[in-house]
Amino acid sequence: MDVSQLIGLVNGKLLNPGADLTREIKGGCGADLMSDVLASIQPEAVLLTGLCNPQVVRTAQMSDVSAIVIVRGKTPPQETVDLANQEKIALISSPFGMFELCGRLYQAGLTSLERSVTDGPSEME
Amino acid sequence: MSEKDTPKTILVDDRVAETITRVEELAYELKIREVMTSNVQTLEPEMKMRDVVELFRQRRISGAPVKKGEELIGILSIEDLIRCLVANDMDSPVSRYMTAKIYTIKGTDPVVEALKAFVNTHVGRLPVVDEHGVMEGIITKGDVTRGLLKALQRSIQEEELKTYRASHLFEDIESNRTSLILRYNIKPRDFTHGGAASSNIKRALLRMGASPQIARRCGIAAYEAEMNLIIHTTNGGTMRVEIEPHRISFEVVDDGPGIPDVDLAMKPGYSTANDDVRELGFGAGMGLANIARCVDAMTLESVVGRGTRLKMKIFLESEAVGEGYSGKKETSERDNS
Repeated sequence: MDVSQLIGLVNGKLLNPGADLTREIKGGCGADLMSDVLASIQPEAVLLTGLCNPQVVRTAQMSDVSAIVIVRGKTPPQETVDLANQEKIALISSPFGMFELCGRLYQAGLTSLERSVTDGPSEME
Repeated sequence: MSEKDTPKTILVDDRVAETITRVEELAYELKIREVMTSNVQTLEPEMKMRDVVELFRQRRISGAPVKKGEELIGILSIEDLIRCLVANDMDSPVSRYMTAKIYTIKGTDPVVEALKAFVNTHVGRLPVVDEHGVMEGIITKGDVTRGLLKALQRSIQEEELKTYRASHLFEDIESNRTSLILRYNIKPRDFTHGGAASSNIKRALLRMGASPQIARRCGIAAYEAEMNLIIHTTNGGTMRVEIEPHRISFEVVDDGPGIPDVDLAMKPGYSTANDDVRELGFGAGMGLANIARCVDAMTLESVVGRGTRLKMKIFLESEAVGEGYSGKKETSERDNS
């Protein structure tokens, strides 16, 4: 699935038109703790989060996230949108909650790209 | 995005979409002055239409502004010429057939303003004026297309060149030991820019030809270390990255307050961060543990009241340790008093 298909699936609103919508999404990760995301996420995931600050985009950039979905229709501050634009990572606002979104995406065929803490380094191929 | 907008996004071909986005950006970045034609052929109002045909043919243009002295009084386009031809009135002066209603545009405006004007006014060319209203050039849709294509090519070449230069750095310079050192000063509590240094480090590594996996491991380790400086230190600190062909070494130093119990700080889930920090999604007590998972070697020294020094290494050669840090702990701890 690519980012534009994801936008349709989550009834999402793309907040940064400059984003790269062609990126492939291989799975998902849902978390509000950015350290957890950094610890567990595999490359090319969609990140579902309730956080709106710029650190979400930084975290996404560091961990090669393909798109960020902000849950429950929240609108992030301008700094977050600007940073996402700069890094070309799609920042999407969805009206659904975290649970609903995870369910929808899982049903659409996306699997979890979260690793357990005990699995060792998250970047091993 | 409403549901009816969604199909439009999907219909755009993948490869096209990327280009469109960059072109759209450029339309806002580029100024009209940068893409306009500045050596403008002008006409005089008394000039005969017959001579204009010949001039357009020679100069391969399809329109020109009409000036009386220094004053811009009209525009003559190919449509006006056709009207004249149809009327078989080629000996008439330009002033009879020119379009006297002129839309101008400022040279300092972004290109997108010209595009809007073309759509709104249905004209094919716009005289470009400076801040005093003096004509400095003319812009057509052709100028815009050419300008955008040139800029697009330039921006692609720039990135390629940057990557090329960076990735050949080590081959081009001979020494017994070549390394590139990047230094970043991190301010305390600067949450707005938190991660900017790590972002630059990751980009630099990718430009230098590091694999995405290596760049990612370095990025995550650097980011956690950077956030630690922002969250915990009294006066901020410095991050020094040394890039060598076989390894990347980080040294993250601050002057306080120091960590009372390094072993405890290393423990996943242990945190001293306050609620403000937790609201940012940090302070979950995973930072140092995360770093340990990303790097091949790590030492953490801290003295309460004096400061903390974190060293991390990532090896680039396959024969070297490269499977993450787990199990190779060499955390050392100095005097805690």
